[in-house]
Amino acid sequence: MTTYVGEAVDRVDGTAKTTGGARFSAEYPYPDLAHAALVHATVARGRITRLDTTAAEAVPGVIAVLTHRNAPPLKPAPRVTPLNLATLASGTSVNYLNTDEVHWNGQPVAVVVAESPEAAQEAAHLVEVAYAHLPATVDFAAAEPDAKPQKSNLIMSGGAVKGDPEAALAAAPVALDLRYTTPPHHHNAIEPHATTAHWADGRLTLHDGAQNIYWTRDHLAMRFGIPKDDIRVLSPFVGGAFGGKTMVWPGTILAAMAAKATGRPVRLMLTREGVYRTVGGRTPSTQRVAVGADESGRMTALIHTSVTLTGRVGGGPEQVTSQTRHLYDAAAIRVQQNLVELDVLSNTVMRAPGESIGTFALEATVDELAYRLGVDPIELRARNEPARNPMDGKAFAHRKLRECFEQGAKEFGWAGRNPEPRSTRDGRWLVGTGVAAAYHPSWQFPANVTVRLSADGTALVRCGFHEMGMGGATAQAQIAADALGLPVEAVTVEYGDTRLPTGPGAGGSAQTASVAAALVAACEKLTRLARALARRTPGAAGASYPEILRLAGRDSIEARVGSDTRLGTAVGQLRFAGKLMSDRRRWVKAACGAQFCEVRVDADTGEVRVTRWLGVFDVGRVINAKTAASQLRGGIVMGIGMALAEETLVDPRTGRIMNASLSEYHVPVHADVPAIEIRYLDDPDPTMPLGLIGVGEVSITGVAGAIANAVFHATGRRIRDLPITLDKLL
Amino acid sequence: MADVHLRINGVDRRLEVEPRVSLLDALRERLGLTGTKKGCDQGACGACTVLADGERVLSCLALAVQYEGREITTIEGVADPIQRAFVRHDGFQCGYCTSGQICSALGMLAEHAAGAPSAVTEGLAAAEIELTEAEIRERMSGNLCRCGAYNGIVAAIQETQETRVAERDVPTLVEGRR
Ligand code: FES
Ligand code: FES
Repeated sequence: MTTYVGEAVDRVDGTAKTTGGARFSAEYPYPDLAHAALVHATVARGRITRLDTTAAEAVPGVIAVLTHRNAPPLKPAPRVTPLNLATLASGTSVNYLNTDEVHWNGQPVAVVVAESPEAAQEAAHLVEVAYAHLPATVDFAAAEPDAKPQKSNLIMSGGAVKGDPEAALAAAPVALDLRYTTPPHHHNAIEPHATTAHWADGRLTLHDGAQNIYWTRDHLAMRFGIPKDDIRVLSPFVGGAFGGKTMVWPGTILAAMAAKATGRPVRLMLTREGVYRTVGGRTPSTQRVAVGADESGRMTALIHTSVTLTGRVGGGPEQVTSQTRHLYDAAAIRVQQNLVELDVLSNTVMRAPGESIGTFALEATVDELAYRLGVDPIELRARNEPARNPMDGKAFAHRKLRECFEQGAKEFGWAGRNPEPRSTRDGRWLVGTGVAAAYHPSWQFPANVTVRLSADGTALVRCGFHEMGMGGATAQAQIAADALGLPVEAVTVEYGDTRLPTGPGAGGSAQTASVAAALVAACEKLTRLARALARRTPGAAGASYPEILRLAGRDSIEARVGSDTRLGTAVGQLRFAGKLMSDRRRWVKAACGAQFCEVRVDADTGEVRVTRWLGVFDVGRVINAKTAASQLRGGIVMGIGMALAEETLVDPRTGRIMNASLSEYHVPVHADVPAIEIRYLDDPDPTMPLGLIGVGEVSITGVAGAIANAVFHATGRRIRDLPITLDKLL
Repeated sequence: MADVHLRINGVDRRLEVEPRVSLLDALRERLGLTGTKKGCDQGACGACTVLADGERVLSCLALAVQYEGREITTIEGVADPIQRAFVRHDGFQCGYCTSGQICSALGMLAEHAAGAPSAVTEGLAAAEIELTEAEIRERMSGNLCRCGAYNGIVAAIQETQETRVAERDVPTLVEGRR
């Protein structure tokens, strides 16, 4: 019996968010609260040779100026070990304010703590620092030719090959060999990273916008050398994150350090510039995509290689070529990811790391091949749609990509399209349409959940998961309501607190599925308990669960899934990892979709406007029709930004980000976004809990490809370097 | 220190602030009205939008002392059907830009009602400017939403406007208004 799952239920936190009642991490009042501000290094690499804090200390209201000379000791960032996943959480390996060395342009070199935010900001400007420069490599374009192949690890393989693609390419009757570039991007969640830290009796309470509160807790425990149970991280509302609040960045650690050093509760809300200086973003990339085909359009060779960067102090590979292993049934395939290491801040995960930019290059190439062959781009994709995973013949757990294209073509009116570039004009506007495939792997992580059912007909679900806008609490309330036969309003969901049963991090589009799996199991336990109770209770046969409790004289019953003991966690992690590996051996799991768009390009100025959008997705079962559609739309909006405007500009001499503000880094605004139509097939994936595949990331993939293809259709120009700004079209 | 008197959400408030304190920080840090958000502190995102005597202003670019004696409305003081419309149309995800979007929308609807044109208004001489989707998008473009809830925001504003027009035209309906 399903009542709520699949419905367009209003968000449970809708009132809080529309009345100003939702409190974010910079909004917790503490008596005696002090405010902190950061001072950022202005060189890419060097050593601090002179430091003068006199003027800063003289500002009225300044409590302390912390530098490497007087800051409390911090333990170094932990070495990464698979036995403790929180070791992955270091934003960088730098031991902040415990070293006179500078490793990136923007590294915090001092923290000012003051009675007011104004005094802290003023004093931060007055800290004088001089540096001895050390040689630094910061220019991605210059370093890119020296990239080294990425080593494979447990979760990501750096490269793979099937057959002899270079030979097949050389022999192909139709062949393309193209190069693409994409710039760095920043998440730009509208809430800047903020932390409020409070120590009492050696214990730390931290309000911190985070995508993984347990990583944050465990990481701080390692850095401050205290038991993790002495730290509580609270993060009930996060003002957007998109990957940028996954790792533990300097601001979080320095807020806790400043609070410790001053004995005061401290709030550190990064300035917008501070976010750019101290929180990593998406890597820039160069990509080669080469494809060979026979005259019928069957791909005989497909090659996709990439170069991305990591910081010498941290970051990692982004799986730019991942979708190319799965999308087309080419006879010979090679993918290879390469890396350069630069003296810049670590790159980090940002919505669909890898696939967002990888699908741009791949899908633009496929479109170009379609034109070369004179075949419709959707038809070309259909001719190369694999029955099994092209790289290794593994089965797909769920693959409805063709259906997505078919439904999309029908609804978008693709059939009537004149394929001729520059063939449609409306006044000064050149009009074009484009398509691209979307693809993102699906994941699931362990979660601990407790559910309590009360005789008054309410239920309480507790799990330390995260809400950055996905509507997680609403989705889980729907699931619990259906499982327990309650109205959705009767279910309360608690999340965003490390005191709760350990939840999954918000990443890999996996959170909803991960919590749902545990929640469904917990509800089953609970209903079994209730039915057992009913059998022992006269008159309870056929009663609702709350009635059973009332008749049996019980206030409540509770069920839990997962085990938060040390041993339990270890065993649980092992069992989970085992299932994950066996799943991965059997199936290729992913969400996919088809992106359709119309653009208009000003014939005189080259300005590109997106005027229509339709995305059809295969994301398994959808729990909440409203929030899922919103999340899918949100990814498309971010993709529009990536295609047409977003670019972090880095000074190639100094490694300094030059446009560290929302006025110079352009994210899409209202006027840039048309009505976006969202469809999903709503066909459950039998290998996922409740059949659901995550929706958080798939919809940003393919967007830039579809736009680039539409721009070509409108103008006859192929732009292979993002963003597609007007100067490139003139 | 300056002594400032503001009327905030219908309540008289006095506060002692340095002249450099922004209206935004006065609200958030001095008065505990944290419903108004800080996204950039530079006038680029609109998260800090409040209403001053019914007009939308970016409170991060305003000094508290400039608003001596003025009537300030923050999200905490808004009680308008538009809030329900935002929920119904899912005009937000994380909710961080939402206070600014709602205050901005209310100010924008007032501007429109007063006959103010926008950059996309075609017939400037028309007696009444139709509040099309394009008009709403143009007029709301100072309010960024990184979650990309723009479609829902526009729908919520449209619905609010339609209801207002209907209520204006059919006076009996006004009594039923919540
Ligand atoms: S905080 Fe005022 S415009 Fe961004
Ligand atoms: S709802 Fe998150 S920024 Fe608008």
